[in-house]
Amino acid sequence: MDFTIKTMADYAAEGKSPEVLFWVGCAGSFDDRAKKITRAFCKILNKINVEFAVLGQEESCTGDPAKRAGNEFVFQMMALTNIEVLNAYEVKKIVTACPHCFNTLKNEYPSLGGNYQVLHHTQFLKDLMNEGRLKIEGGSFKGKKITFHDPCYLGRANDEYEAPRMLLEKLDAELVEMKRCKTNGLCCGAGGAQMFKEPEKGNKDINIERTEEALSFEPKVIATGCPFCNTMMTDGVKHFNKNTEVEVKDIVELLAEAEDL
Amino acid sequence: MQYIDNVIFLILLIAGFGLFAKSLKELYRNIKLGREIDRTDRKAERWAIMTRVALGQSKMVKRPIAGILHIFVYVGFVIINIELLEIIIDGIFGTHRFLQSVLGDSFYAFFTGFLEILAALVVLAVVVFFIRRNFYGVKRLTMKELFGWPKQDANWILIIEFALMVAFFTMNGADFYADSTRFSSNFPISKHLFPFFGNFSIETLHIFEKSAWWFHFVGILFFMNYLYYSKHLHIILAFPNTWFANLEKKGKFNNLDSVTKEIKLMMDPNADPYAAPAEGEAEIPSKFGAEDIFDLNQHQLMSAYSCTECGRCTSVCPANITGKKLSPRLIMMKTRDRLEEVGKNLNKNGGKFVDDGKKLLNDYITKEELWACTTCNACVEACPVLIDPLSIIFEMRRFLVMEQSAAPQELNLMMTNVENNAAPWQYNQADRLNWAND
Repeated sequence: MDFTIKTMADYAAEGKSPEVLFWVGCAGSFDDRAKKITRAFCKILNKINVEFAVLGQEESCTGDPAKRAGNEFVFQMMALTNIEVLNAYEVKKIVTACPHCFNTLKNEYPSLGGNYQVLHHTQFLKDLMNEGRLKIEGGSFKGKKITFHDPCYLGRANDEYEAPRMLLEKLDAELVEMKRCKTNGLCCGAGGAQMFKEPEKGNKDINIERTEEALSFEPKVIATGCPFCNTMMTDGVKHFNKNTEVEVKDIVELLAEAEDL
Repeated sequence: MQYIDNVIFLILLIAGFGLFAKSLKELYRNIKLGREIDRTDRKAERWAIMTRVALGQSKMVKRPIAGILHIFVYVGFVIINIELLEIIIDGIFGTHRFLQSVLGDSFYAFFTGFLEILAALVVLAVVVFFIRRNFYGVKRLTMKELFGWPKQDANWILIIEFALMVAFFTMNGADFYADSTRFSSNFPISKHLFPFFGNFSIETLHIFEKSAWWFHFVGILFFMNYLYYSKHLHIILAFPNTWFANLEKKGKFNNLDSVTKEIKLMMDPNADPYAAPAEGEAEIPSKFGAEDIFDLNQHQLMSAYSCTECGRCTSVCPANITGKKLSPRLIMMKTRDRLEEVGKNLNKNGGKFVDDGKKLLNDYITKEELWACTTCNACVEACPVLIDPLSIIFEMRRFLVMEQSAAPQELNLMMTNVENNAAPWQYNQADRLNWAND
């Protein structure tokens, strides 16, 4: 990165607090592909002078995969630890690029004592755009065909379908909707801790089914809003040997590219 | 002897409703076998949801053909049953078409004419449904999981509804040909259906009319009592099931309070791990998750009875679409099968459950089904009566993991990583910010 990423501890040392905490998440921290999403998002925030911090080493898994696998103990151990950290820094507003972190922080932390305003990165950027702080021009995506794959944990789980689409529209691209979109969206196959195991026996993998649908529109880009969806769709595109023609990109990567960051 | 009809009628009426009340009592008892759950908050919202979803069928029309045909049957069913009122009065007091004297000739003509049109729409819908289910091959209606009783049940319902409507038309048609001066404009449909009735004597027509009337009446009583044994129970339970539905965001899974207590104790450096529980707080060792129907909550059990086996959930389930064993519909059907088995056990043993060595888990629902779920909520979204199969899958996973440590090996690895490294992969927590320096 060509600028410094500050942590909550850095801000605390200065006696200040940032506008928002960026919850990076495990995929965003460790997965090579997802790290690019993390950096793209940071570049956008930095460009428009949003003061943000990350927790860095003080961040732990939100507990989502453990919870959905059925392990409430491990989930709550993570949750209560994270809540202690977040409350110690008096965090008010959290933004994250991972719908799983988003859902867990937003819906499952409050009853454990963690009350924050939690936003998915597309929601946060939408707000910034409405406030006039973020401006996006079509740039390199003008007229290109893009289809958006709804992440289940942003869409059906939390009823957010508009924010990612609003950002994509700003790219002046040709947005095509798959038949299974919004409330009827098809899962990428990674949710509910499936990301961490081989799928059960069947005649097809879910990400193949989903990618097939996306590719039938012959898009230039399959846009995602979740690091897990991103992995699953990328694998799907490779499966069909289309990885030279079709890109799988998170919305913030598209925005950063459009702005040539 | 002149009152024999009325007496037989009354006996049938009382027996029919009596049996029905008995079934409802049993149904209530079975649902109460589940864990209590408080879903009585936000009443205004609940009434609104029930009105929109159950009364207004808002989710049905997402599939327009099935949705609109279903509305025909539903509206027809509800309104034609107003006629039941007339049947009961006529049956008890030996009158004939009592409502005609109350409503006046012209309004009665309009009323019965309207009923006939509804009845015709019901017939249309029922015939199309029968074809879709048996010949046309709508995938979700012809899947293997419906073979046997579920398929027969569905067909019986359609046949009974068809027969009831035919009886209704026969009754009117015979009446019309016997006394067309009285009903000249009342029966827009039946008067065209039975022109051959014109050759019959008045007495024969009266016999036709009376027979159809009795058939219709007995048919309704039979149908009412058939409900409890059928997927058709949804016509009653769709309403409470939507009223008591989960109002939270679909992604919000409940947190177990018992676990919170444990972990707070673990994290508190001043806690005395050997301390006896405080007075009145005697720990009842609770089971984590669900192994049998007793561990599910009452709404989940009611949902099992509310399920119409329409399969909209299964047809959108990503696991099922890709050939995996999971079918959300089957989760609901199996839950109901087990619940009914437990109900029979209670009946046989004087209201006490005698262990039968079976459980919902393994004996009905397999691990393979449970582990195929991506928790994507597509099934929950699809259900026209707001059933949440995912909540049952989730509770059973909890049982597998927390009571039996029976997760797939890869998930055990993931959970160990989360526990030890605070990430699902085996990375060092100290490396969490490395991306910033790349």
